[in-house]
Amino acid sequence: MENFGYHTPASVADAATILNANEDAKLMAGGMTLLPTLKQRLAAPSDLIDLAGIAELKGIHREGDEIVIGAMTPHADVHESALVREAIPGLAALAGQIGDPAVRHRGTIGGSISNADPASDYPAGLVGHGATVVTNTRKIAADDFFTGLFDTALEPGEIVTSVRFPVPVWSTYQKLRHPASGYAVVGVLVAQTTDGVRVAVTGAGPSVFRMSAMEEALSQEFSAKAIEGITVSADEMNNDMHASAAYRAHVVTVLAKRAVASR
Amino acid sequence: MLIDVNMTINGKAVRGQVEARTLLVDFIRDHQRLTGTHVGCDTTQCGCCTVHVDGKAVKSCTILAVQTRGKDVLTIEGLAQADGTLHPVQEAFREHHGLQCGFCTPGMVMMGVAICRRHPNADEHTVRHELEGNICRCTGYQGIVEAIMDASSKMASSSTTGGQA
Repeated sequence: MENFGYHTPASVADAATILNANEDAKLMAGGMTLLPTLKQRLAAPSDLIDLAGIAELKGIHREGDEIVIGAMTPHADVHESALVREAIPGLAALAGQIGDPAVRHRGTIGGSISNADPASDYPAGLVGHGATVVTNTRKIAADDFFTGLFDTALEPGEIVTSVRFPVPVWSTYQKLRHPASGYAVVGVLVAQTTDGVRVAVTGAGPSVFRMSAMEEALSQEFSAKAIEGITVSADEMNNDMHASAAYRAHVVTVLAKRAVASR
Repeated sequence: MLIDVNMTINGKAVRGQVEARTLLVDFIRDHQRLTGTHVGCDTTQCGCCTVHVDGKAVKSCTILAVQTRGKDVLTIEGLAQADGTLHPVQEAFREHHGLQCGFCTPGMVMMGVAICRRHPNADEHTVRHELEGNICRCTGYQGIVEAIMDASSKMASSSTTGGQA
């Protein structure tokens, strides 16, 4: 990879200052996507701003009816957190299905969602739970955060600081895992929340999306049978060497039914 | 521009100067001449380069040396005792023939140690799940899984009887 300037700010404010002063700088969280990207020379930032030394970005705590996860919290910590396992076991299980153990020790929730890989797991976790992304400048509803393929609502210079998950009544994540990469060929999160049922799908399309027809059907009757006839159009699904669009569209319904049946 | 790095590797304080882009695995192999840690895929998939950083198994091909400044790194060379006595996981790999060509073995053993520490008396399902990031192209994994299960059980009983593991 090309060389770069390396910065280790101690606060989010310092990180933002460095980021704004260097047009071609990139933030580095766990580096699990960024470093492979640099190795392949798909990107060559002038500077890397390593967020690992910023204490305010780490940790998990509960505030009222929300679990707040710091942006630099690794997947392994979310998976193993007693707090998350007790309040949102479906989210703890989701985090334990990302990559492999070594990747989960390094990769972070903030890095993952900022990268917004269409086959990553957290987008379904955030949108499915109706989470809120907190940045150094504002709060963004998860529904508005993921805007497309590797695209988010983040503005230049904006840094994710935490994600706030409302504690659901119940939730689960069902995933068809690519056997080699561990990424989601399709992943479906179903949650019963105080505001109704939410169904979020990752991996299948260019970006995470909700299945509103399923949400309505499940609000009437929470059973696998209630959604067995509800399908997504293959026209909008990803079509690649791992799975055809038609297959992905089929699997969305299969996984959603499996999720509901596990209640 | 070179950056000063210092860290502990296998209990020994080491110093060096690296470019920001220098990977930890290159610092370990080329700067410290600890060539037991292997580079297989160089793309975070195969796990041959697995080492421990502050007690956690990571892939040293996907972390920069500058990211481990001040940290405690353990490599395959740091497992056996000074008199040559093998670590229980190394001993179990020998006993259960957990290798053929040996290329993936340093990473398998380092991940095996991490599994044994986190999962006392690990069952087969747990070991196979935890080994997802380590690829072997010869053994079919059977001997590796048996070795880690055996070591996990031996280390668990040794720690309850006050032994060192």
